Amino acid sequence: MANIDALNATGAATASVAPRLSDGPRGPKPKSALSPRNIMLYGTLLIVSIYYLLPLYVMIVTSLKDMAEIRMGNVFSPPVDVTFQPWVKAWAEACTGVNCDGLSRGFWNSVRILIPSVLLSMTIALISGYTLSKWKFKGSEVFFTILLVGAFIPYQVMLYPIVIGLREVGGFMTDIYQGTCGLFTAAEGACRGRVQLFGSLSGLVIVHTIFGLPINVLLFRNYFASIPDELFKAARVDGAGFWGILIRIILPMSLPIIVVSGIIQVTGIWNDFLFGVVYTRAESYPMTVQLNNIVNSVQGIKEYNVNMAATLLTGLVPLVVYFFSGKLFVRGIAAGAVKG
Amino acid sequence: MAIAESGETTVTRRTAAAKKPIRLFRNLWSKIALTPMILTAVVVFMGGTIWTIVYSFTNSGLLPRLNWVGLDQYERLWSTAKWIVSIKNLAIYGVFSLTFTLVIGFVLAALLDRKIRFEDTFRTIFLYPFALSFIVTGLVWQWILNPEFGIQGIVRGWGWESFTFNPLNDPEIVMFGLLIAGLWQGTGLIMCIMLAGLRGIDEDIWKAARVDGIGVVKTYVQIIIPMMRPVFVTAVVLITSGIIKLYDLVVAQTAGGPGIASEVPAKYVMTTMFGGQNLGQGFAASTMMLLSVVIILIPWALLEFGGRKRG
Amino acid sequence: MTNNSVEIRDLDLHFGAVKVLQQLNLDIHEGEFLVLLGSSGCGKSTLLNCIAGLLEITDGQIWIKGENVTWAEPSQRGIGMVFQSYALYPQMTVRGNLSFGLRNARVPKDEIERRVSRAAEVLQIGPLLDRKPAALSGGQRQRVAIGRALVRDVDVFLFDEPLSNLDAKLRADLRVELKRLHNQLENTMIYVTHDQVEAMTLADRIAIMKGGKIMQLGTPDEIYNRPQNLYVADFIGSPSMNFIQGKVNGMTFTAGDLSMPLDGYQFSGPQTDGQTATIGIRPEHVITGELVANAPMRTTVNVDIVEPMGSDTLVWADLAGKPFRIRMDGQATVSHGDSLEIGLDLARSSLFDTQSELRL
Repeated sequence: MANIDALNATGAATASVAPRLSDGPRGPKPKSALSPRNIMLYGTLLIVSIYYLLPLYVMIVTSLKDMAEIRMGNVFSPPVDVTFQPWVKAWAEACTGVNCDGLSRGFWNSVRILIPSVLLSMTIALISGYTLSKWKFKGSEVFFTILLVGAFIPYQVMLYPIVIGLREVGGFMTDIYQGTCGLFTAAEGACRGRVQLFGSLSGLVIVHTIFGLPINVLLFRNYFASIPDELFKAARVDGAGFWGILIRIILPMSLPIIVVSGIIQVTGIWNDFLFGVVYTRAESYPMTVQLNNIVNSVQGIKEYNVNMAATLLTGLVPLVVYFFSGKLFVRGIAAGAVKG
Repeated sequence: MAIAESGETTVTRRTAAAKKPIRLFRNLWSKIALTPMILTAVVVFMGGTIWTIVYSFTNSGLLPRLNWVGLDQYERLWSTAKWIVSIKNLAIYGVFSLTFTLVIGFVLAALLDRKIRFEDTFRTIFLYPFALSFIVTGLVWQWILNPEFGIQGIVRGWGWESFTFNPLNDPEIVMFGLLIAGLWQGTGLIMCIMLAGLRGIDEDIWKAARVDGIGVVKTYVQIIIPMMRPVFVTAVVLITSGIIKLYDLVVAQTAGGPGIASEVPAKYVMTTMFGGQNLGQGFAASTMMLLSVVIILIPWALLEFGGRKRG
Repeated sequence: MTNNSVEIRDLDLHFGAVKVLQQLNLDIHEGEFLVLLGSSGCGKSTLLNCIAGLLEITDGQIWIKGENVTWAEPSQRGIGMVFQSYALYPQMTVRGNLSFGLRNARVPKDEIERRVSRAAEVLQIGPLLDRKPAALSGGQRQRVAIGRALVRDVDVFLFDEPLSNLDAKLRADLRVELKRLHNQLENTMIYVTHDQVEAMTLADRIAIMKGGKIMQLGTPDEIYNRPQNLYVADFIGSPSMNFIQGKVNGMTFTAGDLSMPLDGYQFSGPQTDGQTATIGIRPEHVITGELVANAPMRTTVNVDIVEPMGSDTLVWADLAGKPFRIRMDGQATVSHGDSLEIGLDLARSSLFDTQSELRL
């Protein structure tokens, strides 16, 4: 009964971090509110908090000033005339190269990358984790170990082979498509289409799925390992198979870990810069790449207010995820900590 | 009598169940389901790594070619000023980042562990930068460290005209400009891990220390920190692998400048591989990065897993 | 053909180099309540999992109801299984739990309904049908788990330590209920436990296992009174049997200055003159008080420690320098340092070959 209770109550935490954080603080009880010890303690924490909050404050105030005001004051001075023009400009008018349709293009690119990447990587990770914990076969753990070790390899080592891989697979799929397409349509020129993986959003989705696997498989595997084996055995006696057990027994118990994995994937993929630069072309750059191009472009005069509005816009998605997910985020990154 | 009713089915079932199935096809679904993961692990991670190492011994330029040149790429790499600067920069950044992250992370965790109010609020504040992209972090700190309008400008505005704090344009201290931003983003995570480690310590230890009359600081240094060894090991591995990956932050905050003063290995790889049409150099440099990870990881793996087996 | 419900032939199970089960043979009769008993790691749960088809065996055959099911899926074997942790599906109601297997087997709806309500009636869990497992007590959960096996309408029930998660009182209650259930259903039941009391009270036959082998298979009476080897003798009974090492000469057993005539003893095997032997006497079979005078053999021991337990008293005495346990009744008045005259009856003792550890 202890097993099932634990399962229902906590969702059997993968990372022991989040539950421990809610244990409540330790150490001796505080004395009076204004003791020297407390003044020191809270004083330190407040000063440190200023260091952490400052950049957020600077981003907000800068993005609400016009350039004239910025030139007169400093980064910390609050805006006198609040203007939202920089936000509008950052979103819809800022230029990268010849394109002047603002950061919105990058935002929508990121969304189009994010949704399939998160869905695909989580689905594969969930099924793999389930197999690794409940349907082990000879060698399955070896492959998992290789996957985990792979997580520590610097991405730079694998960047170029993946470029080649995407090109080759894309070419191979093009051949198949062009070879078989004629069987289904007689229209002239209907079969000229090519499957483009390298340089396209679908290629980047594959890359994100690949590099999201180690941490997410680990997460799901450990979570499923905490579901008692007897439950799984009972389901087999009851005649459920591989997919039946997954869908009807395991999946309904997996909501907490799906949320944790989702948080890791959403913030990780949204914040990615490296893969975006390498595997996409200018018109499909994700938001982070476009942001960097807008802010660090050498042409024209620097519009700091627009830059900060753009920066804030890019940070908004992960910040929203962070502030709404609370402790689950902590659990996610703590689980991610195992991977490194 | 059961046989009389359904003799035929019984016989077929019996023969089917009596025969030992072929190993490969038993639980076939589990093998199919694991195929994407196996392909990722073997083809992409293992295959990709081997591929890069192999091609680092060739003179591949614009396209990869199997023209063996032995260790030429590595010799050229280690005689390139930009690479040497990159390594030095990473060493400086690494040493300071590791030290400060551990110290700040632990002190903040210990402060939060002193039964304070608003613990959740403080934790939220310390951790939120971790949710942001390095690009965002780099750009914000580039702006705050702007010599005209940022910290230097403010202090000068107060009347101290000769005050100089312009790390992003000073080759001598540019790595510290990056460090300020890097610490801002990364310490929250380590604080969380440390805090979890502190919470994992039996409260009876604190009671025993109080009974023995040991002071708070002394308890931390002599009892708590040694007990948290595994947590520190995890933290070190985390911080180190983060340091080696350092790339986005540099691109956003300094673009490697001024000059080449803030170049880092990861950026060197990217430039030679995708900008310089000098693939062989890029492969050699990335193999060096891999080597450094291996050098750090193997002792850790031995410590963690070798020790566990013996224990 | 046979009246065996389950037959296990030459079963081997290896995990890598570890031989978990070795050349195991076991026949379980129709309607029999068989208990697999042993300490942890003896392979009893493993054997049960093999019968259920949850573990792939290395070699051998498993027959259930005259069918070779060695490689059949668990659900195809005509078995129902009850687990230690109950293993109820937490997101399903009790009704959902009971009917899950039937739904997988595509049993018609009205048939499912009929079987579920019948099982609920037998187990008295009718009012709980629409609750989730989290809202049930431990005893109720175990009833549902039994019900899940019941609705499958199978020939063989497998129990894997079903009572060990319950507290002592509930365990005793459910034990009686299980026995009643068996009398009512007359199914074959295979029951794994490490608890001797459960084994003795429930079993028609007990198989005592050690190191992947069956040490003895017999009725509770045989196991208790005629253990076939030293391991079984030592394992069964609490407090455990006293052992005295000595020699057999003709029809006399001698150990130091102690000698015992073997007249009343039923030998089960041949014995040679002068062989080393061990005699085993249960603490409750040691004769004390007035009856000592009639005992075939008498001696005096020094009382070391007295443990009063209410219904009886356990006395730790010293016999030829070794501890010797005696169970006396609750009213016994002995204390530390007393000399106690005891009598030993060979008819109620067991004699083992010290070398082979087998019963003589």
